[in-house]
Amino acid sequence: MSPSTPTSHPEGTAGGSTTSRRRRRGPRTWLAALPLLAFTGLCFGIPLGAIAFGAVTRTDPSTGATQLTGEHLARSLQGPYLGSLIGSVQLSALTALIGGVLGVLIAQAVVTSRSQALRSAALTASGVLANFGGVPLAFAFIATVGISGVVTQLADLTGFGWNLYSFTGLTVVYLYFLIPLMVLVIAPALDGLRPQWREAAQNNGATGRQFWRHVGLPVLAPSLLGGFVLLFGTAFAAHATAAALVGGSVPLVTLKIADALSGNVLTGQENVALALGLDMILIAGLVMAVYLPLQRRSARWLR
Amino acid sequence: MLSSSARRGAAVLLSAAVLTTLSACGAAPDKAAGTAGDGKSKVQPGAAASAADLGGMDALVAAAQKEGKLNVIALPPDWANYGAIIKAFEAKYKIKVNSENPDASSADEIAAVKSRKGQDRAPDVMDLGIAFARSGAAENLFAPYKVTAWDKIPAGQKDADARWYNDYGGYVSIGCDAAKIPNCPTTFADLLKPEYKGKVALNGNPTKSGSAFGGVYAAALANKGSFADIQPGIDFFGQLRKSGNFIPVESTPATVEKGETPISIDWDYLNAGYAEQFKGKGVDWKVAVPTDGVYAQYYSQAVNKEAPNPAAARLWMEFLYSAEGQNLYLGGHARAVLLPVMTQDGTVDKDAAAKLPQIQGTPAFPASAELDKAKATLAEKWDKALS
Repeated sequence: MSPSTPTSHPEGTAGGSTTSRRRRRGPRTWLAALPLLAFTGLCFGIPLGAIAFGAVTRTDPSTGATQLTGEHLARSLQGPYLGSLIGSVQLSALTALIGGVLGVLIAQAVVTSRSQALRSAALTASGVLANFGGVPLAFAFIATVGISGVVTQLADLTGFGWNLYSFTGLTVVYLYFLIPLMVLVIAPALDGLRPQWREAAQNNGATGRQFWRHVGLPVLAPSLLGGFVLLFGTAFAAHATAAALVGGSVPLVTLKIADALSGNVLTGQENVALALGLDMILIAGLVMAVYLPLQRRSARWLR
Repeated sequence: MLSSSARRGAAVLLSAAVLTTLSACGAAPDKAAGTAGDGKSKVQPGAAASAADLGGMDALVAAAQKEGKLNVIALPPDWANYGAIIKAFEAKYKIKVNSENPDASSADEIAAVKSRKGQDRAPDVMDLGIAFARSGAAENLFAPYKVTAWDKIPAGQKDADARWYNDYGGYVSIGCDAAKIPNCPTTFADLLKPEYKGKVALNGNPTKSGSAFGGVYAAALANKGSFADIQPGIDFFGQLRKSGNFIPVESTPATVEKGETPISIDWDYLNAGYAEQFKGKGVDWKVAVPTDGVYAQYYSQAVNKEAPNPAAARLWMEFLYSAEGQNLYLGGHARAVLLPVMTQDGTVDKDAAAKLPQIQGTPAFPASAELDKAKATLAEKWDKALS
């Protein structure tokens, strides 16, 4: 988080001066943000516009005439397409929840341990593992706990009902990179939880549970929620791992988009794929809409 | 040492040269440069509907060599022997082949043609799944061109206007690792046996992968379905899934070698390739075309209507449909479309042909409308049957 910079406040925002990050600036300072705005407009605005345009129009292949239609969006919210959206949201929410909880516990253990070596080892490993995804990850799991995987054979996992190529299997694979990601993003926030607060609470006779209930968790809430949102987004957008592992048997929206956009079977589905993309953006937007106000409300404690 | 003014002059010249080169890349091909130039040719290569239009094969070769290069897309070197085919073409005609994105899908090829209209980097020729050949022709993306062997291609395997025609293909087959599976299945009915629990895979998701789609179609034919009715095939895989025999992992060379997909439903040319590839690696890969569900599918070739190298594109087509090109497909275990004709006239590579899995009868193909219906049914019902 950037340190707060003292600047002039024409309207005195007494008491809230450190909470508000919006400041009145000089007339020309916005120019400094111009490159960022141009970049954002170019790299996000144009693709977004193209997706939205493709999702609501249809071009006749023979005449080349383009007309407005709601057909693609309607189709993207029906039948198997709707099923894939629901499947993606379920998988992402579940993995983000489990990954978030386990990630916090691990991060807390690492942060409170006195060992500097453990700390740097855990954080480095998290940095590596959080970026280990896609087909290599899928194949690593296939080789280890697939049907003829080494561990499956040794421990007779199939006898216990284990099946990698299912919703459960996919959840476990996703957790492999989501938990380290949570450790990475939450460790700085846990560092920011000052020991003095805990001491103060103890001096006033609070139990550990009371400290977490009234101090720890409220302060951490925005970071926890932020971590959850990040995990949700990562799982929601993941594609290659799932494609290699479960094909079409766990319906996921990213797989459906790939089928429609770059397959060898279905023709003329490009616009439905764009409509699905738009649906994904809307869902991500909704999740952010829940997160941002909460984050702004309590971010003041952690800096 | 150069004087400063000389250095500046050199810099100006250099940047001018760079700018010219840059603006030349990606610019529309110079139409005038495409003519054979010797006055014999009757039309521009881009408008030629046969080699004769250009004044014969020699004129076509000359025009293609003048262009000097050919852009191809979506031709994996280990698929139907394309690696060797490209090498042979380059060596024979001294034309550089730029092979772009070998693992692209048919949809990617069509997208490349559309998005690079008029550019120098657009693909000249395409190798397409039948559905995309048909939709691309309907969108007027292909140039009609009849290769010399045009009349020998069976009528059911070519567009009447010569905008696309089939070149190679194969049958849905069941590959099986005999080193791990005591009794290899040879029919779809076999696959339901309890002994194959957790062993049967497809090459991908049938709403995306052409071979997996072929597998479902073949299963439909094996279970009282028809070209017009793919539902029994979907039900069959639903049943396989419920019995625990079906595993949704996409079979690849890696999963085959690892033993993760000990039974894999795939094109016979890919399965036959695995048999050769993994010989002596503890994998004894047997290939059987199931007798109860025989389904063949061929890939089609088409010339981009706005090919940047129109003569080279047409020469490539001639090469693919020559005895040499067709035998190269056979060398990759793919069934060349001219195989029956070549067997009769004796130009076939007999060793390569003998290695193909045995088949009785001639393949039949679904009509456009039947194919569309099957795909729509599949897209609608597959998820539900499998989850």
